[in-house]
Amino acid sequence: MDFRITEEEQELRGMFADFADKEVRPYAREIDATEKFPMEIKNKMGELGFLGMIVPEEYGGSGGTKMAYSILVEELAKASAAIGLIVSGSNCNHCLPILMHGTEEQKHKYVTPMATGKELGGFVLTEPGSGSDAGGMISKAVKKGDHYVLNGSKTFITSAEEAEYFISFVLTEGEGDKKEYTAFIIEKSFPGFSVGKHEEKMGTRGLGLCELIFNDCIIPEENMLGKRGDGLKIALSTLDSGRLGIASLAVGMAQEAINLTTQYTKERTQFGKRISQFQNTQFVLAELQTHVSAARLLTYNAAWALDNGEPAGQLCSMAKLYASDVLNDAARKCLQLFGGYGYIKEYPIERIYRDAKITEIFEGTSEIQKTVISRAMGIR
Amino acid sequence: MDLNFNLPEEKQELFDLVKKFGEKEIKPMAGIWDEEERFPSEIYDKLAQMGLLGVLTPQEYGGQGGDYVDYTLVCEATAYYDPSVAIFLGGQNCVSSDIIGTYGTEEQRKKYLPDLAQGKNKAIGAYAMTEPDAGSDVKSMKTKAVLKGDHYVINGTKQFISQGTSATVYLVFAMTENGPACFIVERDYPGFAVAGKETKMGIRASDTGSLSFSDCIVPKENLVGKEGEGLRIGLSIMSADRAGIAGMAVGMCQRAIDEAVKYTQERVQFGKRISQFQNTQFVLAELQTKTDAARLLTYRAAQAIVNKEPSDHLASMAKYYASDTVNDVARRALQFLGGYGYSREYPMEKILRDAKIFEIFVGTNEMQRLIISRWMGVK
Repeated sequence: MDFRITEEEQELRGMFADFADKEVRPYAREIDATEKFPMEIKNKMGELGFLGMIVPEEYGGSGGTKMAYSILVEELAKASAAIGLIVSGSNCNHCLPILMHGTEEQKHKYVTPMATGKELGGFVLTEPGSGSDAGGMISKAVKKGDHYVLNGSKTFITSAEEAEYFISFVLTEGEGDKKEYTAFIIEKSFPGFSVGKHEEKMGTRGLGLCELIFNDCIIPEENMLGKRGDGLKIALSTLDSGRLGIASLAVGMAQEAINLTTQYTKERTQFGKRISQFQNTQFVLAELQTHVSAARLLTYNAAWALDNGEPAGQLCSMAKLYASDVLNDAARKCLQLFGGYGYIKEYPIERIYRDAKITEIFEGTSEIQKTVISRAMGIR
Repeated sequence: MDLNFNLPEEKQELFDLVKKFGEKEIKPMAGIWDEEERFPSEIYDKLAQMGLLGVLTPQEYGGQGGDYVDYTLVCEATAYYDPSVAIFLGGQNCVSSDIIGTYGTEEQRKKYLPDLAQGKNKAIGAYAMTEPDAGSDVKSMKTKAVLKGDHYVINGTKQFISQGTSATVYLVFAMTENGPACFIVERDYPGFAVAGKETKMGIRASDTGSLSFSDCIVPKENLVGKEGEGLRIGLSIMSADRAGIAGMAVGMCQRAIDEAVKYTQERVQFGKRISQFQNTQFVLAELQTKTDAARLLTYRAAQAIVNKEPSDHLASMAKYYASDTVNDVARRALQFLGGYGYSREYPMEKILRDAKIFEIFVGTNEMQRLIISRWMGVK
């Protein structure tokens, strides 16, 4: 068992870190303050192949492993959670469902522009009445000749205003009372589609969060993704990789918090000493680094399992659960070591603190992760 | 120790009255003040009418003549709706008025207390101790006050001052040749300026400012106590202030829990109210238990202050425990609202943002541990 990443992966990490330092870090505060989508950075990442890291080259991607993708998201997240999320969303929520279940036409038509950053995607599952209980959705698409007519609304859709292609999961007409779920690729331009209310958030600002309204929305039948009735299965099949992304994001943010704090405590003096010389500072940071390193190893383990065709569901859930928990703890304790300076927007730590909380909620709440894990353990 | 854990009737009435006021006057505006990051000017007069600006001030100076239990109850009740309002009340009652009330001369009390207690002339009090290089290490303060005949000349900078940009009267701590001293500085004294306002993560309706003293002229009679007594005065009041701060944290805990209970009783997923899941029940039970523990520590400290018993270590325990608890409660209570907990349309994310400062200001929780361990003799 070799715990080291390969030399190639090491080089990639260096390249990603370089990009994050030059092209992301200087803008992170502005993105958060203005809440404007970072279109230029997205375009640069598209050109560099970040948005299609795990997409095969024949569809415009970089043909990378899940490990490389994990390292990429981690490095970007150190500079900005919002930027990290754009990459994780693009790869695992938007491209991956189509790569796994789409036709060749769909892959060329939709994956290629998303992988190269020409168009943005959206992942459309949540409704006002169905969050953790995804099966409780009520938006319904009824077949009418060569197309489907969709009515309903979806909520908490990331970057809905900027996205062009929406990988959507809705009800179709099942047999009798049985619920049937089907996936569709919905284009913004389809008639009957509109973006509704914009949600204001605590953190990850710069990534808009909106409602989608489907009012007799016309979807051509060739835009069905996978087989009719397979919708929920398709949604769940991409969750593992999505969770790997969030675990990687959380590890990056937590490491950044520790790095910033280490630097600050070595500079700040009180009581005639650097505050890094106080035992409390040393012990707290040591504990946090231990937890973050553990989270990173869980995350790499999950990535390795996905890349090697090993069962990965429990590992991905554990990585996401643990890393998001570690991050929230680390953000709070690191901010503390900044004292009053940790609370003002001049310093990036309060942004990391605000961004941290959502990692315990989206892509499956920590409670859902615990349900997944305990089921995988056979505890029923 | 009196083992009756119930509040006397009139104190319960005070608490209920302030809660009712908060529900009507603070709750609807808290989100707006937070978003706009401004002082809640709309309720200044209403707070004055309720007597909340002079809870601790003796009646002979226009106040309510209340004690530290009353003050802490007011803090808890208002912070339930918005800690920024509670912090303003703390600034007004405790760390400005009570300094003058406890250590000031009769002239100083007559001159400053009535306006502060009754909200006349938009009087707002503030406490100015912290400097860029003197946070926890207050003894390192560099602001200097030099006696020149009938006045002092003060030079220096103060930072992270609550109500820093809106106050009319500042209790300023500066070094004299005989050690630290406490001065009453009025906003319009020559050489005083508000240097800037901080943009913060939370308690955004509490304006946090920097002050600059550039040959600031302060009349000799505005010295509070004697030269050399400054830190003793400042730290002693800060210790009492911690009971109020702990009370605020408790109020915030209870709000977070109440919101989570309400939401989980309404929200249905997987065919059940999420209040029916064991995780919801067990976690909320833990959070309420910790909140009750924090509340008991808080009022034990407040009562000790009233009884004139040694209370510094009790106030430190209360402050540290309550602020630690509110950060845990806020994070876990928000979790029950799922995605809605992260939305600025619901009150939860504001509580989480507001909670963090409670571990830092009025003495970091690290400093509280130092105070407690010293009292324990662990040296």
